[in-house]
Amino acid sequence: MENYDIVVIGGGPAGLAAAASARKSGIERIVILERDKELGGILNQCIHNGFGLHTFKEELTGPEYAGRFIDQIRELDIEYRLNTMVMEISPQKIVTAMNRVDGLFEIQAKAVILAMGCRERPRGALNIPGYRPAGIFSAGTAQRLVNMEGYLPGREVVILGSGDIGLIMARRMTLEGAKVKVVAELMPYSGGLKRNIVQCLDDYGIPLKLSHTVVDIQGKERLTGITLAEVDAEGRPVLGREEFYSCDTLLLSVGLIPENELSVGMGVELNPVTSGARVNESLETNIDGVFACGNVLHVHDLVDFVSEEAAAAGKNAALYVQRTDPAKPDVRPEAGERGGLEDGTGAGERAEADDRTTAGARTGQTGESDLGICITAGDGVRYTVPETVRVRHMADRLTVRFRVGNVYKNCYVSVFFDENRVLRRKRPVAAPGEMEELVLTKEQLMRYPELETITVKIEEE
Amino acid sequence: MYDHDVIIIGGGVSGCAAARELSRYKVDVCVLEKEEDVCCGTSKANSGIVHAGYDAPAGSLKAEMNLRGNEMMERLSEELDIPFIRNGSLVLCMNEKDMSKLEALYDRGIANGVKGLQILDKEAVLKKEPNVSKDVYAALYAPTGGIVCPFELNIALAENACMNGVRFHFQTEVQKIERQEEGYKLSTDKGDFSARYVVNAAGVYADQFHNMVSADKIHITARRGDYCLLDKSAGNHVRSTIFTLPGEFGKGILAAPTAHGNLILGPTAIDIEDKEGTNTTRDGLSQVLDKAGMSVSNLPMRQVITSFAGLRAHEDGEEFIIEEVSDAPGFIDCAGIESPGLTSAPAIGRRIAGILKERMGLIEKEDFIPTRKGILKPETLTREERARLIRENPAYGNIICRCEMITEGEIIDAIRRPLGARSLDGVKRRTRAGMGRCQSGFCSPRTMEILAREWKVDVREITKSGKASFIVTGTNKDIF
Repeated sequence: MENYDIVVIGGGPAGLAAAASARKSGIERIVILERDKELGGILNQCIHNGFGLHTFKEELTGPEYAGRFIDQIRELDIEYRLNTMVMEISPQKIVTAMNRVDGLFEIQAKAVILAMGCRERPRGALNIPGYRPAGIFSAGTAQRLVNMEGYLPGREVVILGSGDIGLIMARRMTLEGAKVKVVAELMPYSGGLKRNIVQCLDDYGIPLKLSHTVVDIQGKERLTGITLAEVDAEGRPVLGREEFYSCDTLLLSVGLIPENELSVGMGVELNPVTSGARVNESLETNIDGVFACGNVLHVHDLVDFVSEEAAAAGKNAALYVQRTDPAKPDVRPEAGERGGLEDGTGAGERAEADDRTTAGARTGQTGESDLGICITAGDGVRYTVPETVRVRHMADRLTVRFRVGNVYKNCYVSVFFDENRVLRRKRPVAAPGEMEELVLTKEQLMRYPELETITVKIEEE
Repeated sequence: MYDHDVIIIGGGVSGCAAARELSRYKVDVCVLEKEEDVCCGTSKANSGIVHAGYDAPAGSLKAEMNLRGNEMMERLSEELDIPFIRNGSLVLCMNEKDMSKLEALYDRGIANGVKGLQILDKEAVLKKEPNVSKDVYAALYAPTGGIVCPFELNIALAENACMNGVRFHFQTEVQKIERQEEGYKLSTDKGDFSARYVVNAAGVYADQFHNMVSADKIHITARRGDYCLLDKSAGNHVRSTIFTLPGEFGKGILAAPTAHGNLILGPTAIDIEDKEGTNTTRDGLSQVLDKAGMSVSNLPMRQVITSFAGLRAHEDGEEFIIEEVSDAPGFIDCAGIESPGLTSAPAIGRRIAGILKERMGLIEKEDFIPTRKGILKPETLTREERARLIRENPAYGNIICRCEMITEGEIIDAIRRPLGARSLDGVKRRTRAGMGRCQSGFCSPRTMEILAREWKVDVREITKSGKASFIVTGTNKDIF
């Protein structure tokens, strides 16, 4: 059996940033296992621009953004294996993987970084009735066919779901010569970024029908059309006013599911809301030395934040390896320190807990348990990552990422330390499609030695 | 002169079972199938249940075929190397006043010769199946109930028949049948075929062919059944096949593990006009989920990965018709094969071969090959064996379908074997690539590439399931 300090599962943006960060933190024996034929993950098929505004302060395409990290991996001389599928990871961190060259092999890892990304929800998960002809694709599959293989999946297109991939594909299909007739969204708001609605739909005159869904699929061989219906507040179709759209292609952009089969197989606990691992401030799962980052942890909107989160996971994994190996030098823990750009907008906007509302500073150890302080999702907040924080293990600043459950206008993001509100920050708009974040500082948490629960909630006017 | 001794219309499970049984004899047999593959109609969209045999009336052909088919399935599954599990079945009785119906079912089962039947009380039912609804009153337990993969059964029968000399013509749709002096002329979209004997195993279309040659008309209704298939993570929710007491339309909604470890719920029973009407409906799917929820608790509905509908060939007489048509000598009907048709298939095949053996005076071949080796499944090997396999053939080290962990080696095998896969669905039904939780989102571009390479065609020629079901319609910017 081979031995590595850190095995990174997945060579997409999360895996690359995690591996690079772990190496920079002093870990030598790192290997990235990637199932595709090249590094970069899903970025390789995201040929549109808009990546890297936060990380590199310039607009890159997906492959360009990936390229920057792949260059780092090469410069740092980090080992990776392509066309390699991880079959199983044991709770003892033995990774079983397979490829054409090495056959079936096992690696004993000291730490594992889960960076497998996510997959698209298929039609079946929605139980859309009708026939099952050719011409129904998840948006990402169509994106691969078009952007990587040069094949046009169809000529007349309807898109269900206004997630970012669906919006991006509306524009891409139009540019490649297809007619996109409509984008339908079940919810009363889009699940995608505002900028994508403007740049991918509005600019091309593609209508977006909110509170609509597909209620029938026609066509026995190739798709011939679909029927759209408006839905009521509970998401049930309102019958009697359905509209038929003739089309040969239906793209589904109806949600992403973190791909956690390997994690579950090794005993990692998942959060039912994110379908990603439950993690602490170090992005470490319930299994010691197993870390998660990127879309396998929770689905992100922007790759910049995936890279940032993954870098933290990489550094924390390095710390874990060094902590369990006394010969290695000490490194400081990190959780989501971003390189520059403090004045971001939208999802990039950050809120810092306001020190002025808190009592006088205290120093010394807090009275926390081994599991740490719980961070809970209160009113209007669907989840938080991480879910716990152990003050003694945290870096000076900890980024807490979360999503709201509805569209809120002129609301407040509030943070409570037990019963005390320590932050109340106005947000003109908060929407489920845009991930939110706030920063907790170690200094601030040290002042609350008895703190048990941190609650993040939305307060309306 | 005739092209063939026997023409079988239809490459479903009945037709292929008949083909395989006939291939034991010195006789020239061909199968005409309108689709691009076997197992494309009723046989592909059903519950995959091997029924114990208490449903059909005592003395009926259905009961006889069911019992014999069930008994034969064990050996057949070994010969053909396909998964078959005797997981047992339970028919739930939800209240005391229906106990007479449950007892009647028990009595009928005994009369039909079903072995091991027991009526279990609530406690025993819940001990056996903790996820059955706590409202259960009692249940009929049949240890001989089983599950089989319907695709593999159908495909394995066809492959074995092919190995033994049966010829298959795909995308060949019979349009007209004319009685000749002796035998029949079959006009198809691929030209004329003729044979002295015809086996009419045309599923929901069997009435049309029967009525072309006989004055004694039959009528088959397409009875649609909607199903939901759940992820393998839900596959252990029940271990036995869970039925509820039969209602007016068949056996009600069942919940069962599949031979590959998914959970299947269904079917509904809706009579329709369109013999190709395999569309699910909103009502049908919600009926499946609602009714299944009544017999089984805590169903993880979020784990539904796909839904589909199949058509049963329901004949007005509610009985299998497997006989030589009285006013059409040499024309053998295999009609009205609805549930328990899949269970009965081995016995149906044997009965048809028996009729023809007697009629034609058939002699057994010395070189009949009774066994067929399935597609090698690396997951069944030890690690050492698997490592050796990859060294010998690296394609077994390349995972194509991440959900079902299917390798390129398996897909190539599925394409190169007799009657090999030509479409994505053909690969899926043979290997399970694309059958998993992502429903081919990940593997379809990769499988298309392998299909195109193996068949030496352009990717644009690859279809989902033959005919005009092309996956891609062109290349980028080709209209500009």
